[in-house]
Amino acid sequence: MNELANFLPTVLSRSGLTVPSALIPVLAMFLCASIMAAFMGLSAAVLVWAERKLAGHFQCRLGPVYVGGKFGWLQSIADGIKLLLKEDIIPDQADRPLFRLAPYPVVIGVLLAFIAVPFSEKLMVTDFNIGVFFILAVLTVEVFGVILAGWASNNKWALLGAMRAAVQMVSYEIPMGLAILPVVVMAQSLSLKTIVAAQSGGALHWFVFQPPFFMAVSFLIFFIAGLASLKRAPFDLPEAESELTAGFHTEYSGMRFSFFFMAEYAGMLLVSAVASALYLGGWHGILPGQESVWWFLAKTGFLIFVMIWIRWTLPRLRIDQIVYVGWKVLTPFVLACVVGQSLWATLR
Amino acid sequence: MIVRKPQLSLTQKLYLPEILRGLMITMRHFLRRKSVTYEYPEKAKPVPANFRGLHRLIQRPTGKERCVACELCLTACPANCISMVATDPNDPNVEKFPLRYEIDTLRCIYCGFCEEACPCDAIELTPHYEQASSRREDFVHAKSRLLENNQFVPEGERISRVKTNETYLRV
Repeated sequence: MNELANFLPTVLSRSGLTVPSALIPVLAMFLCASIMAAFMGLSAAVLVWAERKLAGHFQCRLGPVYVGGKFGWLQSIADGIKLLLKEDIIPDQADRPLFRLAPYPVVIGVLLAFIAVPFSEKLMVTDFNIGVFFILAVLTVEVFGVILAGWASNNKWALLGAMRAAVQMVSYEIPMGLAILPVVVMAQSLSLKTIVAAQSGGALHWFVFQPPFFMAVSFLIFFIAGLASLKRAPFDLPEAESELTAGFHTEYSGMRFSFFFMAEYAGMLLVSAVASALYLGGWHGILPGQESVWWFLAKTGFLIFVMIWIRWTLPRLRIDQIVYVGWKVLTPFVLACVVGQSLWATLR
Repeated sequence: MIVRKPQLSLTQKLYLPEILRGLMITMRHFLRRKSVTYEYPEKAKPVPANFRGLHRLIQRPTGKERCVACELCLTACPANCISMVATDPNDPNVEKFPLRYEIDTLRCIYCGFCEEACPCDAIELTPHYEQASSRREDFVHAKSRLLENNQFVPEGERISRVKTNETYLRV
């Protein structure tokens, strides 16, 4: 973003516009925010289509085939138009201000987290010195929106979904937060740029493939907890279609519903991006010296594919099983990884 | 009721190998490019050759029906959907012919007994099954429409090659 702020005056003077210099950082911020928001919306649209198409093929079906000629590639756009045109229903007994407020924390949480994602060495909004921590903290805001939506709907399904979201959050947040610690110990930094830079020099220098393999285990744990944080199968209890109609967003329709939907898919991209930056070498290629944003996107895309693959394979867990997995399986293992990696780092 | 929990082996208790096994199963389906979907309105699902769809009255080479109005189909019909008025055609080659011949496809159960009963190979069920309409009259097929239904079979199969008893039918 700072580079954009440095770059903007020349662009503006060339196009003959005069902007007071005090406004230029604001303008740069505005540009960055709109680019990120557009990127988030667009990637969510692409991912919704990809999910439907892949789901079809996993079940030996075809998925969308009509909209946009071949492969139904414009399906998400058509769905988006439909959602925009739909009536925005607010139930009579709902808490109106909270009901209308609820979708925003969900979207804003994911959008804010994108600020710290390092797409490549140059292509990132800003390099926080606490990047990973920032992403985890901001992602948590999403859960507030979910609980708010469930409560404000004044509907028992929505409330049950929100309660499940709260219970689930308590059990996955701790392993997820701890899973990044081995990486932080290894890279000696919380900044995502520094973490990725520490993995340069080919696939063997990626943190997943580092010898004592504590980081490989914590990658697995981060990925599982990430699935839980996204409320995706097999951890999709808050929305559990077969039990709770649509869980916390049962009462939402039209654009407000699509905010939840968009946040889920943008969240998929975000968690995959963070996982590939932390463990899979970010923008570094398989061979030493390869560096490109495309490597980053390819790794992220692969992780998203795995998420979709898992969703169309595994059945949903019970809520007590999720709490069991979170507290009694993931947390001890991730603690062992943290301790092991710290010992390894000190003894070496 | 006694609920017995299944004994899990170690790999099953670890879950991860079993999850990988499940993932491999879905991947196998994913890589199998052949889809079970039929894209129906664009590409119709092929029906077997003996599919019993809409009726047709088989034609003679002259274009007239082969039917000699013997009323066996009408008698055999369990749904009572065939009605017929027979008359003398004033033709030395044809003894009797149906002046009116109607099939009410709303009553028809597509059992194919009419086809089985016909001694002259004059009626047949074609593989055509797309008969939607919003008017009831469209489902009552008069003789002329039953002859038109020959369009639903390939050109070469419209005229029957079955030789029947001379007394019935002299083509």
